Amino acid sequence: MEQLFDLAQTPLRELNQALHDCLPDAAESVWRIVNPKGEHAVACGIDTPADVQIQGHVGYYCAGMNKQAHVVIHGNAGTGVAENMMSGLVRVKGNASQSAGATGHGGLLVIEGNAAARCGISLKGLDIVVRGSVGHMSGFMAQRGSLVICGDAGHALGDSIYEAKIFLKGKAQELGADCVEKELAEEHLTFLAALLESAEVDADASDFRRYGSARCLYHFDIDNADAYA
Amino acid sequence: MCGITGLFLKNRALTKDLGALFEPMLLQMSQRGPDSAGFAIYRNPTSMNSIKVVLQSCELSFDWQELAMELKASLDPDLTFTPIHNHCLMLVAADETALNRELLRALAALQGERGSSPVSIVSIGRHIEIYKEIGTPQAVAESFGLHEMAGSHAIGHTRMATESAVTTAGSHPFSTGRDVCLVHNGSLSNHNQLRRKLISQGAVFSTDNDTEVAAQYFDIKLQQGASLEEAMTAALGDLDGFYTFCIGTSNGFAVLRDPIACKPAVMAETDDWVAIGSEFRALAELPNIDHARIWEPEPAVPYLWENALDVPDADTRAQR
Repeated sequence: MEQLFDLAQTPLRELNQALHDCLPDAAESVWRIVNPKGEHAVACGIDTPADVQIQGHVGYYCAGMNKQAHVVIHGNAGTGVAENMMSGLVRVKGNASQSAGATGHGGLLVIEGNAAARCGISLKGLDIVVRGSVGHMSGFMAQRGSLVICGDAGHALGDSIYEAKIFLKGKAQELGADCVEKELAEEHLTFLAALLESAEVDADASDFRRYGSARCLYHFDIDNADAYA
Repeated sequence: MCGITGLFLKNRALTKDLGALFEPMLLQMSQRGPDSAGFAIYRNPTSMNSIKVVLQSCELSFDWQELAMELKASLDPDLTFTPIHNHCLMLVAADETALNRELLRALAALQGERGSSPVSIVSIGRHIEIYKEIGTPQAVAESFGLHEMAGSHAIGHTRMATESAVTTAGSHPFSTGRDVCLVHNGSLSNHNQLRRKLISQGAVFSTDNDTEVAAQYFDIKLQQGASLEEAMTAALGDLDGFYTFCIGTSNGFAVLRDPIACKPAVMAETDDWVAIGSEFRALAELPNIDHARIWEPEPAVPYLWENALDVPDADTRAQR
């Protein structure tokens, strides 16, 4: 049975508490949230197999720390959507503001519009698929996981990146420090095609280029020893 | 933190509702800035040969009539004055130089009995009126009756003070030039250096606030003949720090974010209005928002809206 929460009537804390009251091994529940009107922290900290449909634009940190749940935002999302998500799926039908999917550990984040600056900053295992473009400093210090961009990227893409993978279909205004283009091998094509399919994004994996770390920045180089004297 | 709001009405039929539309925007930003608030409202332009000035007194019981009588005698027998909370709007047929001189003289005359002058100028121009005060945005909006105000556009700010004291003078908007005002979310890191430069160019500062430096910077650029867009482009090179600025002018407003876009901003536009808020929730109750174009302004890109229907303000340009 679908549970309806009208945030124009019900305090946000009641909604989040009701979601938190669902146990991790509960049967799947269905939730519809209306009138979010840009409120922050909508549907945060879920750890249950819920299907959550949010009708409208949300503020900061929507679906943050998400585990298991499928959260769909039928609108735009503010700063830090799906921040530190662990598993499950978060889908933004509109655009996302800065720091989308920041520090995400796992699961899939799909942004059907554009994402602003710092998309996938400090990524730790989450996969992000952006159907539009991303802003500057996207993938900054990303450690694990992948960032797929079907449009273009702003300045300093993948700056100081560790072992996360970036797939870009359009152009980057500029690559960040220690970020280089890498070969798109068969294994990457297979991985990317599967990811695009699960994101339900219609794009051809072979149209993308792959970027990653040159590994010059985070490995100690004996020739630089003098710099620490 | 701090919150920024701006609303510019393209549809003249809505001008009577400006305050009613704008007040909820400001109140939505209360959590971002609970310590003081203010707004600039552009309305009721004066005739070419007169000017309006908003004065503020730290004394709620200040006798505005006494000051008005002094100015009537020396400047304009038809001067009108309207006290609003601890501010006072005066309409006077005089030029800005004469008004400034006579204000100083009158205040000095009254000051004899009081010690120090409790009055300062908040805004001056043909269109602009600024009202600002310490306290919650709700208290400030209610004190000045924002909800009932009509006008063409408004710029507002809710402040969480970081760079300088929580005072009326440190509240936003800052106005340093005729009909121009500025609100700021962020903090400037080179404001002391820039303040010294601007002082050498003739600027006079009344606070230690970083935003006042930015306001004076824009005013001096405009006085030197730069367009607002040119001034904003120059600011990208000269101002160091975090900022989302909203700048109000007699016939429009402008938005500028720093190159790394540290501070948030969301804009929305319909056929009837253009609006900016620090967060979407500031815009959520605007009419027809569900069909608005909504976007995040790009870093380091100046955005400007001006009402092309207005007759160019020749008088204002001549003053610059």
